[in-house]
Amino acid sequence: MAAAMKRSSFWSWLWIILGTLYFLLPLISTFDFSLRARKGILSFQAYLNVFKDPSFWATIRFSLIIALFTILVSIILVVPTAYWIRLRLPKLRSLVEFISMLPFVVPAIVLVFGLIRVFSGAPFFLTSTYLGTYALLVAAYVVLALPFVFRSIDTGLAAIDVRSLTEAAQSLGAGWGTILFKIIFPNLRVAILSSTFLTLATVIGEYTIASFLVGIKAFGPYMSLIGQNKTYESSSIAIISFLLTWLLMGMIQLFNRGNANAGSLAGGR
Amino acid sequence: MAFLKLTDVSKFFGSTAAVKDVNLDIEKGEFISFLGPSGCGKTTTLRMIAGFEFPNSGTITLDGEEITHKNPSQRNVGMVFQSYALFPNLTIGQNIGFGLEVRKLSKAEIAKKVEEMLTLVHLEKHMDKYPYQLSGGQQQRIALARALAINPRVLLLDEPLSALDAKIRVELRLEIRRIQQAMNITTVYVTHDQEEALLLSDRVVVMSEGHVEQVGTPASIYNYPATEFVAQFVGQLNLLPVSEVNLADSTCMLAGNRVHFEPAPGRETGPAGRLAIRPEELQIGAGEGAANRLQGRVESVLFLGAVVRLRIHINGITLTADLFNERQLILPRAGDEIIVNFSQHSCWLI
Repeated sequence: MAAAMKRSSFWSWLWIILGTLYFLLPLISTFDFSLRARKGILSFQAYLNVFKDPSFWATIRFSLIIALFTILVSIILVVPTAYWIRLRLPKLRSLVEFISMLPFVVPAIVLVFGLIRVFSGAPFFLTSTYLGTYALLVAAYVVLALPFVFRSIDTGLAAIDVRSLTEAAQSLGAGWGTILFKIIFPNLRVAILSSTFLTLATVIGEYTIASFLVGIKAFGPYMSLIGQNKTYESSSIAIISFLLTWLLMGMIQLFNRGNANAGSLAGGR
Repeated sequence: MAFLKLTDVSKFFGSTAAVKDVNLDIEKGEFISFLGPSGCGKTTTLRMIAGFEFPNSGTITLDGEEITHKNPSQRNVGMVFQSYALFPNLTIGQNIGFGLEVRKLSKAEIAKKVEEMLTLVHLEKHMDKYPYQLSGGQQQRIALARALAINPRVLLLDEPLSALDAKIRVELRLEIRRIQQAMNITTVYVTHDQEEALLLSDRVVVMSEGHVEQVGTPASIYNYPATEFVAQFVGQLNLLPVSEVNLADSTCMLAGNRVHFEPAPGRETGPAGRLAIRPEELQIGAGEGAANRLQGRVESVLFLGAVVRLRIHINGITLTADLFNERQLILPRAGDEIIVNFSQHSCWLI
């Protein structure tokens, strides 16, 4: 029995080590390569070059602003929809869930061509102005982020007794605005934050839609351009991008842990 | 005029009638319980009073004002839910003050009322805690305080004790009654627990399949059930087949014995029927002056603490008898031959 346990432990560790190597080796190699911008010595020169490049800051700022609007529109759109479906239209849930999965099925290139084709001509002409194009970009990202946002919010709603909380608030005299902003939104804080960080991570690194709509104004196309022209800097940007994503994921974990108790609904103890 | 009045109220879900032609008058300060099995329409009726469901027909009047189709937020009705439904993001104090904040009361007024309500439910020290930091019983007290804080015209409670353990239930139901009487608030209480309904209520409304079977005081519901459903649902009941019913002298044949039952003037029945008798009405022994005596054999003896339950076989029928336990009580044993006696007024024909 002890021998069997030792054998199973050996295989577990082997798979963990192999898995870790599979994920970490390319990353370590990229990091190592990014440090070799100066001949013969290891340095952060490539990182300094990136940080000195005004385009880096301009593109990251642009993508962050677009991400912010995407998050706002997504939350305003998805939270009331998911809430209403849970409260009044539970039969529609499977349909909305299916629709929210469509961005996984429709490739981004198809989506962006569709958007350009529909919104470039009459009566919209959105792509003929900067503001229109940015609005189109935000709209495209809202669609792209829909699976993450809807899933997070719906899971958050499943964790609270939406119907009883709503009815309790109604019986106390609250209208829909009070219920949404004082009860539902605060109790979905963790879910909203999760979807916010996931959307941010998606928008920051997105390439296809951004390159067709705004070109190198966005961070994704900028990274691609650097990758084509500057060898070491492209590796350093890849590492920065990874760190940014990990930071966002870490923040999701942090908020989830911090609110694990506060988010739980009343229960017999 | 009744303080809360339901007139011909019906509610359909699709083609299914959840509530059918319910008529009910509730007086101010009265404690009314809706009692019935699952799916009998008691919660739907309560939800229509609260405004969470609207009736398909009929009217609901509260304090002279018709509220049939008013939104819940416009009714000034307090509601306590089975799941407590405290807002997890708010402290206990904020939960109780929520309805007052919605009514735009000043901070000082809210603080005073919150303190008053916390004192009422004996949870003064928990104002700054969050709901998850309290036990189930404490959470339900807070839910009660929150519902009462808005000075509702009616307090509605939807199986508020169902999620709690037995000991807390017993404590809290007395607490609910104490608070209701102290505030003299009209209360409608939904439960499937007959003991709860009988103990708490001024009147009990027994419901079945969407309609009202009987409305009455707990004693009248228990002692004079109007229908077979009420007789069977509230308390334990022996329903025994009888023949040769004679309404003129109120007698019938039960297991080969002629027994006397309580006269029911105006009642029409055939030569056969069923005799109803509560287990606690049966006595062991010849019983001096008893109208009815039956001889039978003890099938089983169940010791339940305060009560001892006997199953007795009498000429092909089995009946249940409950004896109050006493320290000196000599219990019969299974297989013993015994005599059971009962008065004429303890049994009736159904």
